[in-house]
Amino acid sequence: MTTRMRIGKFAGRAAASMTSSPSWRQYPLGVSVFLIAPLCLLLGFGFVYPVGRLLGQSFFAPEFGLDNYRRLLETPLYMRVLARTVFVALVVMSASLVLGYPVALAMARLRRGLSNLVMACVLLPLWTSALVRSYAWIVILQRRGLVNDVLLASGVISQPIKLIYTEGAVILAMTHVLVPFMILPVFGAIRAIQPELVQAARNLGAGKTTVFAKVLLPLSLPGIFAGCLMTFILALGFYVTPALVGGPSSLLMATLIGQQTTETLDWGFAGALSTVLLCVTLLIVLLFRKALSYNRGISNVA
Amino acid sequence: MSPDAEFALATRQVEEGGEGLLLLPRRRRSLSNFLTSTVAGFFLFLILLFLVLPIIVIFPMSFGSASYLEFPPRGLTLNWYRQYLSDPDWRAATFFSVKIALATTFSATMVGTLAAIAFARGKFLGKSLFQALTLSPMIIPHIVIAVAVFIAFSPLNLSGNFFGFLIAHTMLAVPYVVLTVVAALERFDTTLELAALNCGAGRIRAFFSVVLPNIRVGVASGAVFAFLASFDEATVAFFLSGVEGKTITRKMFEDIDFNLTPVIAAVSVVLTVISLIVMGVLQAFNRATVSAQR
Repeated sequence: MTTRMRIGKFAGRAAASMTSSPSWRQYPLGVSVFLIAPLCLLLGFGFVYPVGRLLGQSFFAPEFGLDNYRRLLETPLYMRVLARTVFVALVVMSASLVLGYPVALAMARLRRGLSNLVMACVLLPLWTSALVRSYAWIVILQRRGLVNDVLLASGVISQPIKLIYTEGAVILAMTHVLVPFMILPVFGAIRAIQPELVQAARNLGAGKTTVFAKVLLPLSLPGIFAGCLMTFILALGFYVTPALVGGPSSLLMATLIGQQTTETLDWGFAGALSTVLLCVTLLIVLLFRKALSYNRGISNVA
Repeated sequence: MSPDAEFALATRQVEEGGEGLLLLPRRRRSLSNFLTSTVAGFFLFLILLFLVLPIIVIFPMSFGSASYLEFPPRGLTLNWYRQYLSDPDWRAATFFSVKIALATTFSATMVGTLAAIAFARGKFLGKSLFQALTLSPMIIPHIVIAVAVFIAFSPLNLSGNFFGFLIAHTMLAVPYVVLTVVAALERFDTTLELAALNCGAGRIRAFFSVVLPNIRVGVASGAVFAFLASFDEATVAFFLSGVEGKTITRKMFEDIDFNLTPVIAAVSVVLTVISLIVMGVLQAFNRATVSAQR
């Protein structure tokens, strides 16, 4: 017992000295370099070199200059695609918030059994491949799919309506994929609210609506912010769902980049499009970097 | 009842769940109250249905007997699973994906754990920059990474190739390992390591007998995420796959685009069940560790 206390005391002193001078806790520089070397090799060859090369190509292929960017700016079609990408990402983000907030609230405030059930409903899609979910939406929305069948049988429509391969289908399927990324940070924020605050508000005579508007909502704002940022960024660069569920009229930046790479083989232009998409994403991340740190909680829940 | 006791009761109710909260101060439930909670419950049910339905739909689809997609199915059959298992293309793609995912799990866990130790315990120039770079594959649009890797790896004969996939998928999976292991290292009580050092253990012995057993949940979660990050990955796999080396996700992508058969539903069910089993094992493992520590 006494030995343990002594060690504890010693450790306390060691911890106190850590801030000023290197201690046993910190590995020497050589060890750190050795530990991080494999990662550097991996990122250098697998990430920095390819992405750098792609961005560089936008200035050099087919010849040196800003031709690729000029083409992007001067073709109305491409500017429309860029605008549509931002618009779809904003709609998906808002839809995720509207659908996700009540679920997060329920998950944080319901009885344990019920909240576990809600949690399972959130984690099930999160753990399913986006590819599988896009396929499921095709099945549901196609000409002879679930929705058309139900609408035909109930007599709302007499002819099957076109649901799949539209912008609406892309928004619906993307929202489905991204809602869990909204729910989890919001859930974390609501759960962190001290129950005493709600009690105090109730005791002072606030009704349910007032408690929500004056206590729960303001205190869950960091989670809302983190969720919005995450869903928006992911929606901007999403490929699988728009490629499968969308049609030619709902071309987004990601699908356009894919098309330029595999169909027209214009790698310089694909590089220019990638650079624009990357810059927009990084700009948003840098502007709202603080909110993103909140999202680390996701890796614990997911 | 004394105010203190009432407060204790209320607190307990709060701790047990939200319902108790609504009883403070205890009021009789009015009709409007009942209506609002019913309506709210109904909307919650609709949202949850939206979340779960697309995943549930694929199960009956994969057992339906019609050759075109029909829902709900009229007869039951295992035909689509048989077709999936007997088709050499599907089998090759499945085998290729599993091989890549297992190799990625191993390499990402090794590389990520080593780096996480350096991030948590080392001090070197540009550490925060390195951390940001490590996590950036999570934030940078996957389409950009996919196209970049495809264009850079093609001339090196690394597209449609096991090693090309291993490098690309390890790079995508490492951030998950780094995040979970750094979190575990931050929770780890470093005085335990000091105790081991004081008892005469060397650095390496202290790491393997004291630090590693304490962060094993973090390492295991990282490994599970790495497996799924590779196995379920579709965007990079779509561009990096070749005629020979094709992942199951790329094969699915092609088939969804060109011939929509219920075989895809069967494959979807297989993919989903694998993901659920892997995540379920992780959850059970986490829970067992938490209760063992108590």
